[in-house]
Amino acid sequence: MDARRMSRAVPRVRQVGFFTPNTPVQQPRPQSAAPSSESPPLSDSPASNSLSPVMIPPPRHLSDNLGGRTAAVPVPGRENSGELPTVGSYNPSESVLWLDSPPRSRIGDEELSEGAESSLGWYRRSSSAKFASSLPSGGFNLSTVKHPESVAAVEAKNPLPGKSEAQKEQASSSKPLKAKTTKAERRALQESQRAAKAASKAEANKSGTAGGAPSSKPMKQPPLKKDGPPVASSIAASERIGVDRSVEKERKKDLPPPRKQFDDESRGGRAKRRSVLNQPEARNRVELFRHLPPHKNGTQLPYLQSKFFELHEKHPAVYKVGLQYLAGDLSGGNARCIAMLQAFQEAIRDYSTPPEKTLTRDLTSKIGGFVSFLIECRPLSMSMGNAIRFLKSRIARLPLTLSESEAKTTLCSDIDRFINEKIVLADKVILRHAAAKIRDGDVLLTYGSSCVVEMILLYAHELGKQFRVVVVDSHPMLEGQKLLRRLVVKGLSCIYTQLNAISYVMHEVTRVFLGASSIFSNGTVYSMVGTASVAMVAHAFRVPVLVCCEAYKFHERVQLDSICFNELGDPDAISKVPGRVDVNFLDNLTDKQKENLELLNLKYDATPSDYISVIVTDYGMIPPTSVPVIVREYRKEYLLI
Amino acid sequence: MDFQVVVLAGGNSKNLTPLVSKELPKPLLPVANCPVLNYVLHQLEQSNLKDLIVVVEGEDAALLVGAWISGTFIDRLHVEIAAVPEDIGTAGALRAISHHLTAKDILVVSGDLVSDVPPGALAATHRRHDAAVTTMLCSIPVSGPLESGSSGGKDKAKKLGRYNIIGLDPSKQFLLHIATGAEIEKDARISKRILHAVGQMEMRSDLMDAHMYAFKRSVLQEVLDVKDTFQSLKEDVLPYLVRSQLKSEALLNRTPQGEENSNEKVSSQNNQAFISRILANASTPSFHGIYSENPDGSSSTRKTHKCCVYIASSSSYCVRLNSIQAFMDINRDVTGDADHLLSPNNIIGPSPKLGTKTTVGPNCRLGEGSEMGDKCQVKRSIIGRHCRIGSHVKVVNSVVMNHVTIGDGCIIQGSVICSNVQLQERVELKDCQVGAGFVVTAGSEYKAESLAKKEK
Repeated sequence: MDARRMSRAVPRVRQVGFFTPNTPVQQPRPQSAAPSSESPPLSDSPASNSLSPVMIPPPRHLSDNLGGRTAAVPVPGRENSGELPTVGSYNPSESVLWLDSPPRSRIGDEELSEGAESSLGWYRRSSSAKFASSLPSGGFNLSTVKHPESVAAVEAKNPLPGKSEAQKEQASSSKPLKAKTTKAERRALQESQRAAKAASKAEANKSGTAGGAPSSKPMKQPPLKKDGPPVASSIAASERIGVDRSVEKERKKDLPPPRKQFDDESRGGRAKRRSVLNQPEARNRVELFRHLPPHKNGTQLPYLQSKFFELHEKHPAVYKVGLQYLAGDLSGGNARCIAMLQAFQEAIRDYSTPPEKTLTRDLTSKIGGFVSFLIECRPLSMSMGNAIRFLKSRIARLPLTLSESEAKTTLCSDIDRFINEKIVLADKVILRHAAAKIRDGDVLLTYGSSCVVEMILLYAHELGKQFRVVVVDSHPMLEGQKLLRRLVVKGLSCIYTQLNAISYVMHEVTRVFLGASSIFSNGTVYSMVGTASVAMVAHAFRVPVLVCCEAYKFHERVQLDSICFNELGDPDAISKVPGRVDVNFLDNLTDKQKENLELLNLKYDATPSDYISVIVTDYGMIPPTSVPVIVREYRKEYLLI
Repeated sequence: MDFQVVVLAGGNSKNLTPLVSKELPKPLLPVANCPVLNYVLHQLEQSNLKDLIVVVEGEDAALLVGAWISGTFIDRLHVEIAAVPEDIGTAGALRAISHHLTAKDILVVSGDLVSDVPPGALAATHRRHDAAVTTMLCSIPVSGPLESGSSGGKDKAKKLGRYNIIGLDPSKQFLLHIATGAEIEKDARISKRILHAVGQMEMRSDLMDAHMYAFKRSVLQEVLDVKDTFQSLKEDVLPYLVRSQLKSEALLNRTPQGEENSNEKVSSQNNQAFISRILANASTPSFHGIYSENPDGSSSTRKTHKCCVYIASSSSYCVRLNSIQAFMDINRDVTGDADHLLSPNNIIGPSPKLGTKTTVGPNCRLGEGSEMGDKCQVKRSIIGRHCRIGSHVKVVNSVVMNHVTIGDGCIIQGSVICSNVQLQERVELKDCQVGAGFVVTAGSEYKAESLAKKEK
């Protein structure tokens, strides 16, 4: 109840600009103003103060999210903190929470934005409690990010006066067991941990194995720190400088544009401790894209595999799908979405409500857990986000009178229906529409391997239309070859070329068919990297560009660039050419030389709507400007089916 | 995770003749004062696998093993002990307990495996590929000759090297060919069909089968039912599955799809096909998929199943205790390099009583309650519980089990001395195995011999 009261206080308070430190009276409200505080030492002290009245010890990994958010969108008068991010947080690439967002909070957000408040009391409570407790630290963190060099000052200052002692006492009186550390100490601890992590790669591995029990780490170390934070921090600093200067440099450069995906390193650190996978240390990543989650390449696979039996709360089907995402066995928006939904279906079938819990709530949190596991394996695509949102809304809307088995069958058939209606039937409709646009003698160009485009080509071929296909492909995935094989086998006449030759083949092309991972409200097509170039070249040659995309992949977000939200692929994949020993020039670089090398393997890009002639979707062929209409008009319906 | 674990603990092994006996079946053979089965069970317990079926050969052995397990893992593991007749082989043992198997996949572990490879890794690989069988391969242990250097050890190592020939696909995920000891002398027969489908095969002889398998239950039971002459998993079942992976009889692939399709409407069947095509197109095709594709591209009637491998990283420890040499090696490694394998309940009890000027070198284990006289030397050796060792005794590179009495002035090198053995004064043993309850008379000298009580 206490927590709930706090949640009320939080959003109101956020508008307040100032606060006075250290007075216990102003506990819930002024702290939440902390994000705007300028001086780290100040924001530090209320942080520790505020912890004491809150009953739940602040989960450290959460604290920053909110800070980041509030700082970014200081919109007053918003009612729900959950609404602060522009759209539902189910989508990983847009959510500030990403890995460190535990299933619960994301659920909370989503529920809030859907306005289904009445049935969701406990999510709200849990998330609001986190908000309340996390606010001050968020403020602190923000300030530290702004002034990285001031961190040392904080560290130095903090342990000195009796103030911190008092804080400690205060904290301990309310929570005798935990959370004895002040903010600065934790900060110092974090600093040193990070330094240690940077210091040795082997260390990183170890922390990964410790990742199984993430909470123990922060709890254990503070006493160590308490003795001499300045000393420790100086050690840490010297270590950092001595061993890995680039980390320091990187951090200095990395001044925060506050609303990027994962720009806060400390948040990354927290995510690291929380997550099932141990994350690779981000090295040699391009400056501009450093906020994106690093690719979890094959090295993570053995680790996850060895955990197979230990993560027993993950359903085997979900686990398998996760492994396939991680290993790259399964790619492609539709396939990933279907695989995920089918895994959820299986999980729901095997689900039984634990005693003293209700199905709706427990299952939602379960699904949330699965989702965050999948996100760790690979960031979700927009379409999967939409599907998850659909599933959760179905769970939330289950009538309470249903028995467990009825509820489960309802959900399973819902999932089936989603797959059938939103994907299978949608594809069939798209086939008809698009095939109508293919005439005899056409030369069709496609890029990469989109399953809808493939079906269109095959369908048109079955209809007996005479056309040729140009398959444009690009490294490192070379997905086009898979498509090419299937097309050639079916008897279509094809031309295969690489992306860099596109301007030469574009002359004879009469239509360009492209697939999409998602389409945003402003008509921007978010698709496999390279699509934008293809569309632009086609535009320059005045060749119509048809984007084929199921409507469930539409998204209400507006995005102008592909920098803020994107996905990083395996950097090694572009530095090595498989099977070509003679061109692996990057193989034997020394570590020193490698420091000068940054590899960028982006997975997606955004094509502006100017370059797109028409979008073929299951609601018909529409201009890109009509996407928001579809989103607006049919979103409700599809949440309700 | 829908896995059932079967531990094939074995019974009396001929390879370990003087060491194991009726009173001490192979699963209970102490390695660093801890039954060898303990290592497997501990490993499984750590992986959160608590429901196990332990299969023991012979009723008596089963009773002994059962008593030990219930005493040691009383409330930590849920173990079913199944006794099977002796000499029916590993496949036979599985056949005997086949009706107990219900889960989707079966993990079969040999009880004599001392390893730190997480079984989860194998299971995950199995699941990821949806394989019919997945086997764990590990690099062949360097059975480094003991320092007291028996040439016999080296020979054995060489033999081991030729024990397995394994063919892998270029991605090192699929098993294409496996041949074990006896077959190698003849020419290796490699399926042309497989070779044609894969295009490239990598032959390895530096890997060995660690005898940890994950089977799809339906496949395993089918094979065991149909091929009732199969005796051994390793020599019969696995090669059979590998051989037939591209022409697997329909019985192997009676997949769930078939069942589903039969009782569903045509329209939803179409949808199913549609979905499975999307999924199939999206995933990277293995050679199985490409092979089963008809030339015209439609998925065909050719049935395949996948045989996958999980190759343990070279840094992990993985050895089977299946010979005396291996027994010595494991004892040495467990106390030395791979001491992280020692489970917590293996920590040395109250320090044994040592006489004056007695030195115990590194890499030694002394059991509780052992007493040693003056001026003894113990190096790289394991001494069990309640042993009495006289003065001026030298024990090097040896394993001494429980309740052994060693008289003054004995010199023991590279030997295994089983429980309740009595060595009288001034015995010299080198590279010997002394069976349980044997009495070595005073002043005798033995070299590379196996001493055991005669069966009454």
